[in-house]
Amino acid sequence: MAGASDLDVTYVARLARINLTEEEANAFQKQLGDVLNYVEKLRQADVSQVEATAHALPIFNVFREDEPRDWFTAEQALSNAPRKANDLFIVPKVVE
Amino acid sequence: MTEKDLPALSIADLQSLLRRREVSAREVIDALRARIEAVDGQIGAYLSLDFEAAAREAEKANVDLPLGGVPLAIKDTINVMGQPCTCGSKILHGYRSTYDATVIQKLRAAGAIPFGKTNLDEFAMGSSTENSAMKLTRNPWDLSRVPGGSSGGSAAAVAADAAFAALGSDTGGSIRQPAALSGVVGFKPTYGRVSRFGLVAFASSLDQIGPLTKTVRDSALIMNAIAGHDPQDSTALNEPVPDYAAKVGDDLRGVRLGLPKEYMIEGIDPQVKAAIDAAVKQMNSLGAEIVGVSLPNTDYAVAVYYILATAEASANLARFDGVRYGYRAEDPRDMLDLYGRTREQGFGPEVKRRIILGTYVLSSGYYDAYYLRAQKVRELIRQDFAKAFEKVDALISPTSPVPAFKLGERTANPLQMYLADIFTIAANLAGICGISVPCGFAEVDRHRLPIGLQLLGKPLDEARILQIAHAYEQSTDWHKVRPPIASPK
Repeated sequence: MAGASDLDVTYVARLARINLTEEEANAFQKQLGDVLNYVEKLRQADVSQVEATAHALPIFNVFREDEPRDWFTAEQALSNAPRKANDLFIVPKVVE
Repeated sequence: MTEKDLPALSIADLQSLLRRREVSAREVIDALRARIEAVDGQIGAYLSLDFEAAAREAEKANVDLPLGGVPLAIKDTINVMGQPCTCGSKILHGYRSTYDATVIQKLRAAGAIPFGKTNLDEFAMGSSTENSAMKLTRNPWDLSRVPGGSSGGSAAAVAADAAFAALGSDTGGSIRQPAALSGVVGFKPTYGRVSRFGLVAFASSLDQIGPLTKTVRDSALIMNAIAGHDPQDSTALNEPVPDYAAKVGDDLRGVRLGLPKEYMIEGIDPQVKAAIDAAVKQMNSLGAEIVGVSLPNTDYAVAVYYILATAEASANLARFDGVRYGYRAEDPRDMLDLYGRTREQGFGPEVKRRIILGTYVLSSGYYDAYYLRAQKVRELIRQDFAKAFEKVDALISPTSPVPAFKLGERTANPLQMYLADIFTIAANLAGICGISVPCGFAEVDRHRLPIGLQLLGKPLDEARILQIAHAYEQSTDWHKVRPPIASPK
């Protein structure tokens, strides 16, 4: 298991699309370092004979009929948009 | 009984009055409103209230339905059409739900009236409700202490008689732990027993909605309404739903209860330990057989949880990006700037910490060491429970190792806060059901602080732990003791 020292909070925050102040980054580095040191204990568990659990109760192949049904109107879907126009969400320009 | 006394009633007692037409649904709403206006300034349980809509629904309530005319408080992670759903976060500023969660649809069909949304730790991440970006919620038993969390608003509202009952959500103990610290009943169903559609997702393989109530019977009544399959949630189990209230009332003869030896740890408050020991004796005297069991992988549970829950949260909370709903940073230069500043300004510190940790444990090069390994240890924990349940019907432990702690006491150290969930977390990892019931009080600084007893049951064996919890509850007076704020001198 990688050690706590591998964590670069500023880099990971960028991956997660969260800007951090320097103060926050320093505090998180220390606090998450403590958490990563704590989870080191999982190294002691013998997992050589176990499959990973994805879900606590085994259920497989959950299907339903592929039929159209009532759903949000465009107006409802846009009702919470911070910016909208012409039945669309408005965002900063992404292509030149 | 005057109108002033109505809010102190259990759902079951309220229903007898409603059905005998001794009180109207409208009078109930008005009495509850007066009660909330009188006490919630001190408690801070509610984030939003809609009494106009509630009064309209009360006027046409059919009190003969299973929950007809019963007002219910709803944790503010569950979508109720037309109402805000803040999740205790600035990032959902201004958001109003455009639909009802499945549990809300089911409660409405049963006649219940969702009238208000309760405070919580931001995105249900926390154990004290102090991570809410909205307001502080105080413990009705001692206003200088936390109500527990993350469903702290729901627990405090029920404890202070400012709600007949409430819904919460439980990802690592977020129903049971605040129920214990606030002196009410809190019930976490088996994973998949209740639909999560419309519950804002924190950790999708762990989240489950359940009731916080004044009595065990009330939890059974709410479970009758909300349990069951839902085509909108592929993890909602397609299994028959028993009548949970029907088994409540059976005695404890022939019931086998397990005491996990790993749960008798150092660090349990002596008054909590004494209360649990007394409760075990009490259940023994009611006919239950007490058996020692072992859950050898218990010590790994908190570590597994904080890897898996943060990993799932980092993916689930990616949707809060300032594009489709909620808060958006001013004047973004481009999309990266829009995402980065929206999430910087919209999320509080605990949510940021968990997203960063979750992103890290899923990132290339670390996935196997953290996420995959944690999933495997999760399986060991699940097997521990499966083996224990071959010998016993349910397991007993404290819900929390300590009674309610002081506001601000644990906020500086996230890891210490995480350890508050040590007895509740494993049930979510294993997907089993659990309940917390009041089992006594600790005397601290001349305040009485509630203590909770946790019972854990086999998957889909909700009826059994409700039965056991009810038999214990009815043999004690703990659930009848009200906090000072509920019975002013």
